[in-house]
Amino acid sequence: MSTEVELSIYVFFLAAFLGLELVHKVSPLLHTPLMSLTNAISAISVVGAVLIAGAGEASWLSRTLGFVAVTAATINIVAGFLITDRMLKMFRRKDSKGRA
Amino acid sequence: MTANFWHFAYIIAAFCTVLSIKWLNSPVTARRGVRAGEIGMLFAIIGTLLRHEVVTFEWIFAGFLLGAAIGAPLALKMPMTSVPQFTALSHAFGALAAALVGTAEYYRLGAHITAFTGAALVVETLLGYLTFTASVMAFGKLQELVPTRPMTYRGQNLVNLALLAAAAAIGVWVVTGAAPAWAFPAFSALALVFGVLLILPIGGGDMPTVIALLNSYAGMAAAAMGFALDNKLLIIAGALNAASGFILSVVMCKAMNRSFTNVLFGAFGQVAPGAAAKAAARPVRSATAEDAAEILSAARNVIIVPGYGMAVAQAQHKLRELTDQLVKRNVDVQFAIHPVAGRMPGHMNVLLAEADIPYDRLHEMDDINAEFAEADVALVIGANDVVNPAARHDKTSPIYGMPILDVDKARTVMVIKRSLNPGFAGIDNELYYHDNTLMLFGDAKAFVSEIVKALPVAAAA
Repeated sequence: MSTEVELSIYVFFLAAFLGLELVHKVSPLLHTPLMSLTNAISAISVVGAVLIAGAGEASWLSRTLGFVAVTAATINIVAGFLITDRMLKMFRRKDSKGRA
Repeated sequence: MTANFWHFAYIIAAFCTVLSIKWLNSPVTARRGVRAGEIGMLFAIIGTLLRHEVVTFEWIFAGFLLGAAIGAPLALKMPMTSVPQFTALSHAFGALAAALVGTAEYYRLGAHITAFTGAALVVETLLGYLTFTASVMAFGKLQELVPTRPMTYRGQNLVNLALLAAAAAIGVWVVTGAAPAWAFPAFSALALVFGVLLILPIGGGDMPTVIALLNSYAGMAAAAMGFALDNKLLIIAGALNAASGFILSVVMCKAMNRSFTNVLFGAFGQVAPGAAAKAAARPVRSATAEDAAEILSAARNVIIVPGYGMAVAQAQHKLRELTDQLVKRNVDVQFAIHPVAGRMPGHMNVLLAEADIPYDRLHEMDDINAEFAEADVALVIGANDVVNPAARHDKTSPIYGMPILDVDKARTVMVIKRSLNPGFAGIDNELYYHDNTLMLFGDAKAFVSEIVKALPVAAAA
């Protein structure tokens, strides 16, 4: 196994455990925005899409796949972040009578 | 420096992504979390555009523009009640992107592919394609373009497992490098079909778990892409996303006292059609809006339990009016939210926030369950199985062991419901026949609005 691969596996496990810790702390109140935000974050695959679509020597197949992938990932990014923000804007804490 | 800028950009992007999820843990910092996520994504994109491998830009920018032109109106025009289906749709696009990148990368590398990269690409495309079609199906079911009831047939699980095994086998074959040209397209097609079949037997009530699971798959596809492209940013963002979806689906399963396999292969909606038959024989007490208004305005404290029925009837705004009116009359009003109420995790909270109900009135099950015993009134709106006391004591009930909201312990229970028809699981609810239960038959929105109208009279009396 090359050191690069080994390093990638370490990074994966550390990030996954960090994710488990962080998400455990998110209040159930915000589970829908959480899912919508992580959904936008998963569109990080746009990085791969850009690399494919912008490659120097590419077949028409590769170019087409790259273009569709960039488009789909962008829809995911834009819609994901906008929906999350729209939802979070609505959460407010006011007229807190009774329990706070 | 400029040649290596993307390394730094990716590090910043990874940092922002972690911060983004950290800030989401509280409503006070949550919007800052979205900003952090957006900045991270921006750095990831700019960094990538500056890499020397990227030489032509027209297709990239065309994709950005088209994607933004489709995504922005979609997000801004979407009604809040449709959050679950649009989240599913958004998953579908993300998964499609991952799958297509994997496919393109596979053909680009051709014979030069190493076993490790090949394996990562196979995992990426498998998860990508199956999440794509599964999310589209979930969207269809939630939007009611496809029948929402579970669709089952004999040997369904066997067919699904066989299909998955075939896809996996061809995937392994592809990784060995000895597979013929048709293997990869066949593998992709199997993954696409499997996604559709996976969702067919899923009923509406199981959607929260399934959407969370698809969220997790989309993250794993992104992480697999990170392994294939040797890109740590993709691995980190993908792993965070996968962990998040995984936790949410575990939370949902626990809230229904069921296992993953049971949710995916159990076809819950199919159980016991006979149970409903015995319902008609027993007497129930029903009441009018005027009666309800009188009881509510005389109460000291009221706990409202919303369910998917509230979302369907769009009753959340009327419910807010009722809450305001009751608070004016010095009634303490709180909301109890079951984890699986609605069609995705946290669905009810978003709808009540949309109706401008402050979030400090919204309480999760474990925090509020003890207070039902002290409550004068528990008002159930469009929730059914999550308040069925049979889950506590009836070992023969399919929902036995599922944690429920203890509404039956309140002095008076009022249930707004269209009729006595059982809920998605087809299980009769004994709560409706209790002595302290009043059934309020009607459409949730219309009935709440009648209660609000009847209130001033009740206050004057």
